Amino acid sequence: MNALTPSKTPDARMAQITKLAVMAVGGQGGGVLTAWIETLARAQGYEVQATSVAGVAQRTGATIYYIEMTPKTDQQPIFALAPSAGDVDILIAAEMMEVGRAVLRGFVTPDRTTLIGSTHRALAVSEKSVPGDGIANAEEVRAAAEIAAQTLILADMEGLAVGQGSVISASLFGALAGSKALPFPRAAFEDAIRQSGKGVDASLRAFAQGYDAAQHGVEPVEKVAAPASEIAGPQNLVGDWQKLIKRIETLPQDVQQMALAGLQKVVDFQDCAYGSAYLDRLDTVIARDSTEKDWLLSETAAKYIANAMAYDDIIRVADIKTRKPRFDRIRTEMGAQPDQVMQLTEYFHPRAEEIAGLLPAALGARIEGRPKAMARLDRWFGKGRRLRTDSLPAFAMLHILGGLKSYRLKTRRHAVEVAHLDAWLDRSLAPLATDYALSVELLRCRRLIKGYSDTHARGLTKFDSVMNGAAILKGRKDAADWVARLREAALQDPEGKALSGALETIRSFTDPQTH
Amino acid sequence: MAERSFKKEVAHLRKGAGDTFTGEGILAITKALLENGVGYVGGYQGAPISHLMDVLADAQDLLGELDVRFEANASEGAAAAMLAASVHYPIRGAVTFKGPVGVNVASDALANLSSSGVTGGALVIVGEDYGEGSSIMQERSHAFAMKSQFWMLDPRPNLPSITKAVKDGFELSEASNTPVMLMVRIRSCHVTGSFETRDNIAPPLSVKDALSSPRSDFARVVLPPMSYLHEQDKIKNRWPAAEAFIVENKLNEVFGPDRAPLGIVVQGGMYNGVVRALQRLGLADIYGNTDVPLYVLNVTYPLVKDEFERFCKGKDHVLVVEEGQPDFIEQQLGSFLYKSRSSVNLHGKDMLPMAGEYTGQVMLDGVTAFLKVAAPDMLPGNVRAPNAEASQIPDLSKTVPIRPPGFCTGCPERPIFAAMKLTEQELGKHQISGDIGCHLFAALPPFEIGGATMGYGLGPASNAAFDGGGERRAISILGDGGFWHNGLSSSIGNMVFNKSDTVAVIVDNYYSAATGGQDVLSSRAKNDTKSTNNPISAALKGVGVEWVRQIDRTYDVGKVREVLHEALTTDYAGPKVIVASSECMLNKQRREKPLRNQAIKEGRRVDIPRFGVDPDVCTGDHACIRLSGCPSLSLKKLDDPLRDDPVAHIDQTCVGCGNCGEVADTAILCPSFYQADVVHNPTGFEAWRAKQRSKVIAWLQQRRDTKRLVLR
Repeated sequence: MNALTPSKTPDARMAQITKLAVMAVGGQGGGVLTAWIETLARAQGYEVQATSVAGVAQRTGATIYYIEMTPKTDQQPIFALAPSAGDVDILIAAEMMEVGRAVLRGFVTPDRTTLIGSTHRALAVSEKSVPGDGIANAEEVRAAAEIAAQTLILADMEGLAVGQGSVISASLFGALAGSKALPFPRAAFEDAIRQSGKGVDASLRAFAQGYDAAQHGVEPVEKVAAPASEIAGPQNLVGDWQKLIKRIETLPQDVQQMALAGLQKVVDFQDCAYGSAYLDRLDTVIARDSTEKDWLLSETAAKYIANAMAYDDIIRVADIKTRKPRFDRIRTEMGAQPDQVMQLTEYFHPRAEEIAGLLPAALGARIEGRPKAMARLDRWFGKGRRLRTDSLPAFAMLHILGGLKSYRLKTRRHAVEVAHLDAWLDRSLAPLATDYALSVELLRCRRLIKGYSDTHARGLTKFDSVMNGAAILKGRKDAADWVARLREAALQDPEGKALSGALETIRSFTDPQTH
Repeated sequence: MAERSFKKEVAHLRKGAGDTFTGEGILAITKALLENGVGYVGGYQGAPISHLMDVLADAQDLLGELDVRFEANASEGAAAAMLAASVHYPIRGAVTFKGPVGVNVASDALANLSSSGVTGGALVIVGEDYGEGSSIMQERSHAFAMKSQFWMLDPRPNLPSITKAVKDGFELSEASNTPVMLMVRIRSCHVTGSFETRDNIAPPLSVKDALSSPRSDFARVVLPPMSYLHEQDKIKNRWPAAEAFIVENKLNEVFGPDRAPLGIVVQGGMYNGVVRALQRLGLADIYGNTDVPLYVLNVTYPLVKDEFERFCKGKDHVLVVEEGQPDFIEQQLGSFLYKSRSSVNLHGKDMLPMAGEYTGQVMLDGVTAFLKVAAPDMLPGNVRAPNAEASQIPDLSKTVPIRPPGFCTGCPERPIFAAMKLTEQELGKHQISGDIGCHLFAALPPFEIGGATMGYGLGPASNAAFDGGGERRAISILGDGGFWHNGLSSSIGNMVFNKSDTVAVIVDNYYSAATGGQDVLSSRAKNDTKSTNNPISAALKGVGVEWVRQIDRTYDVGKVREVLHEALTTDYAGPKVIVASSECMLNKQRREKPLRNQAIKEGRRVDIPRFGVDPDVCTGDHACIRLSGCPSLSLKKLDDPLRDDPVAHIDQTCVGCGNCGEVADTAILCPSFYQADVVHNPTGFEAWRAKQRSKVIAWLQQRRDTKRLVLR
């Protein structure tokens, strides 16, 4: 052991190696950012090494770039080729869940890491393909990042860059400069961008935005207050509306907000008389509710009755598609300048069911009962149509369809929807006297009905399965919990596999023979 | 080569004596080839060595000046076979591909080449795709070197070492008449750094010159009895010559103190990782001056017994750091020690994991475990008696979703698989086999199409057991890259010959797209040095496929579904092949975007389409996403208390490919999708007409709004 010095402590010079990792989603320009950082550090007299594992991960997968640097001397430093947990000084994550992944992999530690993250989301396929709400919880990531990082900078770097006609690599580079985690002046960063020679002006603008954002540290979560709705229209209709508002004001405090939102939706869907019918329905629920449970049943009913009454028929779609604010919104979203022409193509594919639904109730019901007639309707109407709503014939057609509101309440579709709504309300409220929570959960099952055509049909099947499942559970103490579980299961996958599993479980413990 | 231009990189290749090259490892290797008088270069693209091929393809002028032949080979097998030029002629040749998959394909030629032996230096540059970011099965190319007895270099991962390995490789090859494999790992290929360049050297004998005085020698042909002599020659002459060269030229390196009771044997490529672990333990400084002796194997095959035993002399414990499995090196070194009755304790896979990448943490743990046994006094106090605080960072493993690679925005392959998913919804689940290429992403959600991949160009071949047909026909996928690599003979030829009653879908995106957009025979681009525009459908007919359907716009989901339906239900019993062609969007955008911007600047009429979703019409069931997975088609939470679920939303990265509209139409999803075409620099008439139209439309809208309540 003579040749060795026992019990060494890590070389103090280790601290001279700055270790920086970039975690990004393929296609975000992580390579460009890495190249800028390299150029910058070399220009500042540093020895630099960058590595990456590109390959197929570049195709929208999670990617990681890694840089080490140390002031140049006459000796060649030995750098590592990959980041190690607990040994990263600066971590740049170009998306919120990549921030989470960085923390998860241990690359962010309270003793040393400056974490620069973008709060925007690029949803993973697993998050967006579930029929319900599968979006990962960004708040959990934010909370973890606050604990894990020594210095934390979080802002919507994507938004800042896009706002300047640039890409996120530029705003992140700005945030890196603004974080002062590297001992280089701002001008040196900007020189690195200029040297790359591509889209320099836009990049520098986004860089400045990122730089400023870094000064603020963590950008607070914005709570957008719902804008107070204004009402406009002919005098008599406004009068009718005021009367409805008066009725809302007489409702229990806890119900008012949801009832107002619901009222707006159904009045927008049809008219004030229809809004009045909505409040009538709601009143029947309120009459059976009390303050004991903070009017939860009524609030839930206010939400789902409105959704059920404002069903998606051709008239509603045609109306929405031909409104002026929509045209303005799309022009803004597409960034169309006043001197540019915007063409608008709608993708429609009506089926025989929609056409039959549009017929007078009795006639529609008769046709629906005759497969041959339905087949004929499908031949006539059932094909994909591309409607150019910026042109007059297509616009006029949808405009007329959208104006059929006075006729709507006579259609077959309306009859079907009303019948379904009444049945659902009755079934939901049936156990109210004995199991309040179960009634609330049953009302909430309305959430399962959404979409059009096949998706709508599948939603209805799931809805029926859950409602029937609830019937088996009747009388059990945990019936409400189980209905909630069934509903969540139904929203997990389109085929209803999770739901079938959950129903199986219910049957196993309710079936007397298994006991 | 549409994906990008490599002009800037080509300029690096012209550097001479006294210059410094700064850039990526794989490009440094490319430059080193030219400095070492290479006569011909070939290969097959694939991460992480695509760059070498791309840059040389763009360097035709320079290669012409030096009289170096560059070949973009049809496959790794073809590339390895090209090294035959070095069997009889004293010409240095190099080929490159990814390992171990490329080595698998090349193994036939490599085995023959190794038997024949070489006269000119023959270098196989393999980018070993192992560990994080790898897209292939986790194996080692090392085994091929052992079975065919060619030599394997695994240099330290820095540019001076990697470029020196190119020189060493050629010389070792010539000194031992044996091909040499230079293995570089993913990160070494992409590592950046600098090295001092030398002048490029034209080959002393060019391949053109060789054709003027052809040579042959039946003693080099792999036929009995010469093949028996080859085996003897390997053992009696080539191997000893290689060992002698390795020792004399100090290809392997030793660092650290001469005398110490312990040491570490490390593959060259793992050197930086070991040094980082030692640095973190206070046993090495940032320049790699280490207290623990290191024996760095820049040559991992063959291992030199004497050299290893010299290193072990006086040591009680030796650790072998060898990434991947089986532990070929450790086994061999153990055998050396056992046979010389050594008392050295050999460690390796008992302290480091048998399988998986040796990451920083793995290496730190392994080296620490070794020191705890071999020299506990050397460890810093906090490691010997950890005073660790419990980590209070919340666990995010249930929060953060996985993010595997997938189809790019606007990818022309997406609609093919959307149509296939719709077909399966209609006709039931089918037996489907995949192939290698971007299209393999279809195996992942949301499509989940295909359950196996057996190798490049082998999609239809891997369905051969089902050739006889059944209630539902088997379907296989094949890319254009795979088709020309191996698929035409091994898959399509197999189908024709065996009268296969199956369906093959050839995904033709005009490039070898997954590897970086290189041209293949059927590419539509004009290429000055390569023959492109050879239609796949013509090749199919040429080998005897009678039922061929060509689809020229894959975005037409309805059409694709119709053709698939026909193929699956037709009475025709022979092989049915669908060629679905549309250009790779990544390459298309790279080519067209600058042209489009230029056109807009010049005042020409340009129509830019993009898609959108009406949030009020979308009900948030996400059926469209389950038939797409497009990165630009995402979700948005509405600020509406009546809504439970987020609605579909298309962001500004949409390229207007039309898939979502087509899918909504074909699958009859919902009417929320719209296409907005912004016309830049519209014609005078067009602008006038649009104005008139919007006047009428605005009048109609206003008229209705005066008759109803409008909530804002």
